[in-house]
Amino acid sequence: MSGSDGAFGGCAIGLRCKECGHRTGLVAAYVCEFCFGPLEVEYDRERLKATVSRERISQGPLNLWRYRDLLPCAPDDPASGLSTGLTPLVRAPRLAAALGLRNVWVKNETANPTHSFKDRVVSVALQAAQQLGFSTVACASTGNLANAVAAHASALGLESYVFVPSNLEEQKIVATAVFDTTLLAVAGTYDDVNRLCGELAADRPWAFVNVNVRPYYSEGSKTLAYEVAEQLGWTLPDRCIVPIASGSLYTKIHTGYRDLIELGLCDGAVPILNGAQADGCSPVATAWREGRDFVSPVYPDTIAKSLAIGNPADGVFALDAARATGGSVTSVTDKEIIAGIQLLAETTGVFTETAGGVTTAVLRRLADAGEIGIDERVVLYITGDGLKTLDAIAPHVAAIQIDADVASFEAATIGDHVPAEFVTAVA
Amino acid sequence: MPVTVKIPSPLRTLTEGAATVACEPGTVGDLIDQLEETYPGFRDRVCQDGELRRFVNVFVSGEDVRFGDGIATVTTDGQEVTILPAVAGG
Repeated sequence: MSGSDGAFGGCAIGLRCKECGHRTGLVAAYVCEFCFGPLEVEYDRERLKATVSRERISQGPLNLWRYRDLLPCAPDDPASGLSTGLTPLVRAPRLAAALGLRNVWVKNETANPTHSFKDRVVSVALQAAQQLGFSTVACASTGNLANAVAAHASALGLESYVFVPSNLEEQKIVATAVFDTTLLAVAGTYDDVNRLCGELAADRPWAFVNVNVRPYYSEGSKTLAYEVAEQLGWTLPDRCIVPIASGSLYTKIHTGYRDLIELGLCDGAVPILNGAQADGCSPVATAWREGRDFVSPVYPDTIAKSLAIGNPADGVFALDAARATGGSVTSVTDKEIIAGIQLLAETTGVFTETAGGVTTAVLRRLADAGEIGIDERVVLYITGDGLKTLDAIAPHVAAIQIDADVASFEAATIGDHVPAEFVTAVA
Repeated sequence: MPVTVKIPSPLRTLTEGAATVACEPGTVGDLIDQLEETYPGFRDRVCQDGELRRFVNVFVSGEDVRFGDGIATVTTDGQEVTILPAVAGG
């Protein structure tokens, strides 16, 4: 389905195939008409160099539209819709100390409007969709994207259709359905949902954010590199730990850091990028471990449902980014994921969903293996909120049950150990 | 009963706009041969060096053939085969 050319302006000049270089205009298309390779937004690099500066960005709006020159589109009013981005970059000295490191920061994406990084990609995708003339938006989602599409569509007055696997966490279902979207719970895995949306996108005049407007959508993730650099005073971290589901976030963070250097906004080298997956869905980590340059699909089975993509669209590009930055792709067990959620919570006060547990567990693995220099500046990307995956952590935490009197309190809290009869698991 | 092959929109310029094409049952490779015969140029668009292009997904009754025997995956009477670009989602 191709919409009209939306008179984009700015520095974006068209779409280009990453595989064969074939070019097309700024239309609603996501694959090369010839080789089926992915299309990517192409920019006028000279114009970008002449336009972008630290000063221009710092004077911009207090959300992701401050990087509008580096995005394919932007609203006339940057305060319109849900304000996304400029999430805190939290210094994490206690987490660093627990890992034997000195300089760790948490990029806290739970602070976005719908509590995950997906607000970034959706902000850009919905702006592009409107400029391309669409009034209905849709997506295939593992949950966080569903929340974001439904919420941003309501904010902008667009109709929306959201497709999710039916086994999704209740919190993500409820936090999507509340926005008066049409929510379709599909009997199948995310990959089944994705196939269905691929078929539907061919024949319906809708903007599927991660199908036919995916080239615009994925550009939103670059702001996660721009923002971290700006928050570090226009310096680059040495290393970033990033979760991998489709591989889009990981590859676009790579692009973002490369942009900063190429455009003269930062000095230094692109950070080492370590990708993080769960053992129960680790097609990219497996390809990395086996030294392959292709990714074989898997059937996901993990508590990290937001990363449960068995056939990752950008898997091969994630492998490229890992190689190019001297990074790696690692997978961790569900047990390590729970421990990762608890470690982050106990040392930083940030409560992450299971995907952030994966990321934190990979950081711990790398630190324990001595792969991280003690003085390295490390950024941990925490992409979603723990309130979205309560079921995963509930069996591992407890509350102390007491009567409303002092004697009961003292009986329950005497000494180091709470007597067992007072403790009730939360779930 | 034939096998129904669902054609993705980028390939419909080759199939004279047809969204589905009926083929005789056989392996996925056999189906592509039949499509090549009717619509010259079809094979090059989905295959490279005798294998499916890396950004082409083929599903037989909803199952990704990369879980099966790839291009040698057998199709039977009445099954639906879907060709889709791989780069979506996430």
